[in-house]
Amino acid sequence: MIRRFRSFFGGIHPQYRKELSATGAIETLPLPDQVVVPLLQHIGKPAEPVVKVGDTVRTGQVVGTASGVVSVSVHATLSGTVTGIATIAHPSGREVKGVVIESDGADNWIDLEPCEEWPSLPPQAVRERVSAAGIAGLGGATFPTHVKLSPPEARPVDTLIVNGVECEPYLTADHRLMLEHTGQVVAGAVLVSRVLGVSRVIFGIEDNKPDAVQAIEAEIRRVAGSSAGFEVPVTVGVLPTKYPQGGEKQLIAVLTGHEVPSGGLPVDVGVVVHNVGTCAAVFDAVRHGRPLVERVVTVTGEGLKRPGNVRVRLGTPARLLVEHFGGMVGEVGKVVFGGPMMGVAQYNLEVPVIKGTSGILIIPRDHIDTDDIRPCIRCSACIEVCPIGLLPNMISVCAEMRAFGESEQYHPFDCIECGCCSYVCPSYRPLVQMIRFAKTEVQHLKAKH
Amino acid sequence: MVDVLVALLPATLVGLYQFGWYGLVVILLCVGGCLGVEAVGQKMMGQKVTVSDGSAAVTGLLLALSLPPRAEWWLCAIGALAGIGLGKLVFGGLGYNPFNPAILARVVLLISFPAQMTSFVTPSPWGLDAVTTATPLNLLQEARIRGLGLGEAAHTDLLAAFLGGIPGSLGETSALAVLLGGLYLLWRGHINWDVPVGMLGTMALVSGLFWWHDPAHYMPPAFHLVTGGAMLVAFFMATDMVTSPLTRKGRVIFAVGCGLLTIVIRMWGGYAEAISFAVLLMNAAVPIIDRYTAPRLYGARKRGGL
Repeated sequence: MIRRFRSFFGGIHPQYRKELSATGAIETLPLPDQVVVPLLQHIGKPAEPVVKVGDTVRTGQVVGTASGVVSVSVHATLSGTVTGIATIAHPSGREVKGVVIESDGADNWIDLEPCEEWPSLPPQAVRERVSAAGIAGLGGATFPTHVKLSPPEARPVDTLIVNGVECEPYLTADHRLMLEHTGQVVAGAVLVSRVLGVSRVIFGIEDNKPDAVQAIEAEIRRVAGSSAGFEVPVTVGVLPTKYPQGGEKQLIAVLTGHEVPSGGLPVDVGVVVHNVGTCAAVFDAVRHGRPLVERVVTVTGEGLKRPGNVRVRLGTPARLLVEHFGGMVGEVGKVVFGGPMMGVAQYNLEVPVIKGTSGILIIPRDHIDTDDIRPCIRCSACIEVCPIGLLPNMISVCAEMRAFGESEQYHPFDCIECGCCSYVCPSYRPLVQMIRFAKTEVQHLKAKH
Repeated sequence: MVDVLVALLPATLVGLYQFGWYGLVVILLCVGGCLGVEAVGQKMMGQKVTVSDGSAAVTGLLLALSLPPRAEWWLCAIGALAGIGLGKLVFGGLGYNPFNPAILARVVLLISFPAQMTSFVTPSPWGLDAVTTATPLNLLQEARIRGLGLGEAAHTDLLAAFLGGIPGSLGETSALAVLLGGLYLLWRGHINWDVPVGMLGTMALVSGLFWWHDPAHYMPPAFHLVTGGAMLVAFFMATDMVTSPLTRKGRVIFAVGCGLLTIVIRMWGGYAEAISFAVLLMNAAVPIIDRYTAPRLYGARKRGGL
């Protein structure tokens, strides 16, 4: 059933520019000669390396095991030889260790254990296969998926939301995945809904992707009634295009009418949200026994010759993706991992694609608007667009004055860092960056006491 | 800021036509004074000089337009010093001042130099036939204090007051000219409609209730809207984002407060130029208004600002 929903409060309408890459079918990048597999590609503790320099590895072999519950294993994404375990360039800018693998060119996989009877697999077996596959949320937040499949007993989950909103401008990887791998996405969502034991499933897709809405709805109907179909009511929710519609909190509020309590988690209102890419990865892990060694990345921007979407092995350096799409054109201002709103600018094209890399954006120099930071004139533009109801300007002024204790009364920790405030500020104030600064400083202050 | 100067052009031109070349001297003194005080002050405090942002120029022009057309040079100079020095720089410059600098300057001058600040002349083409006179609000004030009811103010030609035929400050004689500038700012999206509409609406409503009840002792609402600085303050000073609340709800409370206080002071207070005091008082209330009108925080019953 397709149903239209209303929008959330706040938000912005930036230039989406999705047309640059939206019609580009997912290509496959030739195998690189070398990959750098970071041991941290998720939220939580880094994986512990279990290989040493000189070892030969096969594609899909574990090279780092999860250390603790909130951690995720990482796998070799090529077959070949481990040539180094060292600190590497990481898209987050943090110091992270990675496993360097030199390809033998054969892409020799480990022996996979497919499961024909996947629809009848018990929940615990599904969780184990997901955990073994090293899946972390592919929407960008990279929270360990097996943890989200094991909600606490005391907090029953009644709603699964499948996030196909893709509200970040320029990005089209999830859009292409929903069109070209509809079966995997829906089957993965079926698996997740059964593991969680929910009583309803809602897909959330923005109305700028009507073809994806149709494809998902048709697939749900195709499998309905079969052993691979949903056992609970399913809705395909069509949402007005507005950023950040795909933010977990906004999506839950719009689709269920409930708000995640301040400082709480979606399970507090009986909801779990999974990205469409994550659902597809769950299906691959359960059905084929395939660990997460590749993902779809949108490579785009006005600074790129031929924008498109591509499936790449994790650990592939950004340089190869850019070269695959014809290289950069003109004077480039910034290379961003992720989208223009929440992405992270990179200093080095050797940074590898990781589990949370949804896009690589090449921004021309003349698209970058820089100016001196001017004082806040309290115009309240940031307040009008904040989807959380914060006073971003007040937090920024506190941070500027280094009055971090003072900043706390304005709830910086409720900020989802969507960047709408920075986007609209007429005084060019880096508001979201200042809020993040306030957050880390308040945490430091608290740690000291 | 250029748009604000453009919006003030009609009122400025009408003022110059009615009061002659000396009006230009007042404007140049005020604008130059404000720019000078800001530049020198910022230099002395070791800050970056930001006179080029235009905000001091706007303060200067607003101050000039709200002074008597024959204001002496030292009145302009002290006004500039009070507005930019006391009203802005001591608080940390643009964005951090709690009071609108132009209003603060006007109030400082009104309290310190009441005689000079209430010495008006009649408007005439190029100011050639100017004679000393009083404004309708001053007439009303005097009559009230002497217990003479409405006095001469009752005979105010409201149409002339709207178009610009009665005595008043340099840029405040023609409510129409100021209104045109205000509408231009609204159209360009530089100000919110809630403050001027809320403020002028409250003034009309409250004064209207008294007038309806007892027209012999109270002036009609139209009188209050076209006299004094009503239009200039409502469109150009109360709308100052820096010194007004952050949310629409807050701005409506602020505007109603400004309107209410204006009428209260005009009817029962000691100063004819009530509107400046009203806005100054409401400026002081902005932090507490902000505190109780912050947006609701997602996922909480509490407010984002509390």
